[in-house]
Amino acid sequence: MAEIIIKAEDLCFQYEDERAEAPVLEHLNLEIEKGSFVAVLGHNGSGKSTLAKLVNMILTPTSGKLFLFGKEIDEENMTEEEYFALRQRIGMVFQNPDNQLVATIVEEDVAFGPENIGVPSKEIRARVDDALEIVGMSAFAKHSPHQLSGGQKQRVAIAGIIALRPEIIIFDESTAMLDPRGRNDVLATIEKLNRDFGTTILHITHYMEEAIRADRVIVIDEGRVHLDGTPREVFSSVDTLKKIGLDVPQVTELMLALDRDGIKIAKDTLTVSESADAIEAYMKKQSLEKK
Amino acid sequence: MLKDITLGQYFPGNSFLHRMDPRMKLILCVVYIVLLFVAKGITSFALIVLFTAGIILASGIQFRTIFKSLKPLIFILIFTTILNLFWNAGEDGTVLLKLGRLTIYLEGVIRALLMSLRIILLMAGTTVILMYTTSPISLTDAIEQLFAPLNKIKIPVHTFAMMMTMALRFIPTLLEETQKIINAQKARGADFESGNLIARAKALVPILIPLFISQFRRAEELATAMECRSYRGGEGRTRMTVLHFSSRDYIAVLAVALLFAGILLLNRYLPFYSI
Repeated sequence: MAEIIIKAEDLCFQYEDERAEAPVLEHLNLEIEKGSFVAVLGHNGSGKSTLAKLVNMILTPTSGKLFLFGKEIDEENMTEEEYFALRQRIGMVFQNPDNQLVATIVEEDVAFGPENIGVPSKEIRARVDDALEIVGMSAFAKHSPHQLSGGQKQRVAIAGIIALRPEIIIFDESTAMLDPRGRNDVLATIEKLNRDFGTTILHITHYMEEAIRADRVIVIDEGRVHLDGTPREVFSSVDTLKKIGLDVPQVTELMLALDRDGIKIAKDTLTVSESADAIEAYMKKQSLEKK
Repeated sequence: MLKDITLGQYFPGNSFLHRMDPRMKLILCVVYIVLLFVAKGITSFALIVLFTAGIILASGIQFRTIFKSLKPLIFILIFTTILNLFWNAGEDGTVLLKLGRLTIYLEGVIRALLMSLRIILLMAGTTVILMYTTSPISLTDAIEQLFAPLNKIKIPVHTFAMMMTMALRFIPTLLEETQKIINAQKARGADFESGNLIARAKALVPILIPLFISQFRRAEELATAMECRSYRGGEGRTRMTVLHFSSRDYIAVLAVALLFAGILLLNRYLPFYSI
């Protein structure tokens, strides 16, 4: 079993101002393995973004324990240096690409992170070139961010995080503002990071189509983990998902409806082609039986 | 309409000027401005015009772009021209035209032309040397480094430089957003064009309020994003591009020095219609 890179024990969080009456996270328990690709699902206000901010140490838990890389996060007993050193190992990509880019030239923006942590000039150059290569934006290195499309901007933002060489990258609804094409490009980049570089990915989303591409899906509702498992396991609990206001992939729903009508068919398919294959197989079997 | 603003717009390129050290460009730009005020006669201005045309050609930026950036100056230019046109050259002046109590002298006409030329050169020269050929980030880098000694008297130079960079970064984003809000308000029947000045100023309120709110929200998100990228102020920061002077910069210094000498000589020996 792989090393546990993120661990939450009885994690609670409540905003201090008046706008929040109920705690956002209530006794959340979670373990995430190194190198995994985890999708976190939940509707608005379920606490999924708060979880991301806790893991990235932007927020501190009200109570409970959080372990990152096996170390307990405890602001009071950590020196500032330890704290920042730990934070450097976690990157975060936000929803709005415009609010993440600070520089007027793409490559200078990517260099922003490494510059902040004091990487020598020569190495920054190498890291920037690498990062842009990974996200497929090398051709745009000298462009200005406002000349790029949303998906391209988001990939630049990802490059800016990759250049910091984090071990965990959190995507906080990073695809929500993009068009389908931009979303696909970003998702392909995320998969590449996980597959080729072993980066642990925490992908917060409310698109089911994106969640099925992860190794593991965690459904959060009202500050607790409701479902946790492989995409196949999670999406087969259609009723629970519907109860907390989440959709299931359309094909999964179709297969379940077929199953309910007495058509015995594989019902845990997630993609259109998988379902098409299952239906085809079923129909062939039917016609054989008729003969 | 908002798209026409070219302020702070950088044209990427690889020309001699693009590759100069921004610090040197900044210093030479100041020298250039001084020169414009040192220049006196038609001859010295002609020399500066030649020099400016030379750097525009060397920068690879089209003259059309430069003329476009001069458009906002038109009122200042008209004002300066009219004011100087009636300049009293006194007894020695060559009278061109007498309109009642107003007299137009040849000297006045030349003065008006040279003054306008000075303003045009001021704008064209500095935008080409600095704005168009220097990426805002390297410009703020240059400012940060040139003013670094001020850190000693507790002036947060890095913070100011960072603020400038971000302001420049968000100009296009802000314009885009303003246009979006204008369109949204128009779609709901807002009227920005009719009425007197006060009515039109009032009509801007529904644009400014959402704009301000969204910018505050943006600022907060941006601050978080920067923090996530380990930004902790200027201390312990390194840079990807380290500025250093090259032969190119020394050639530029030589060119400007020659220009300076030329102007001083022309001022002294060929001061046609000095102003």
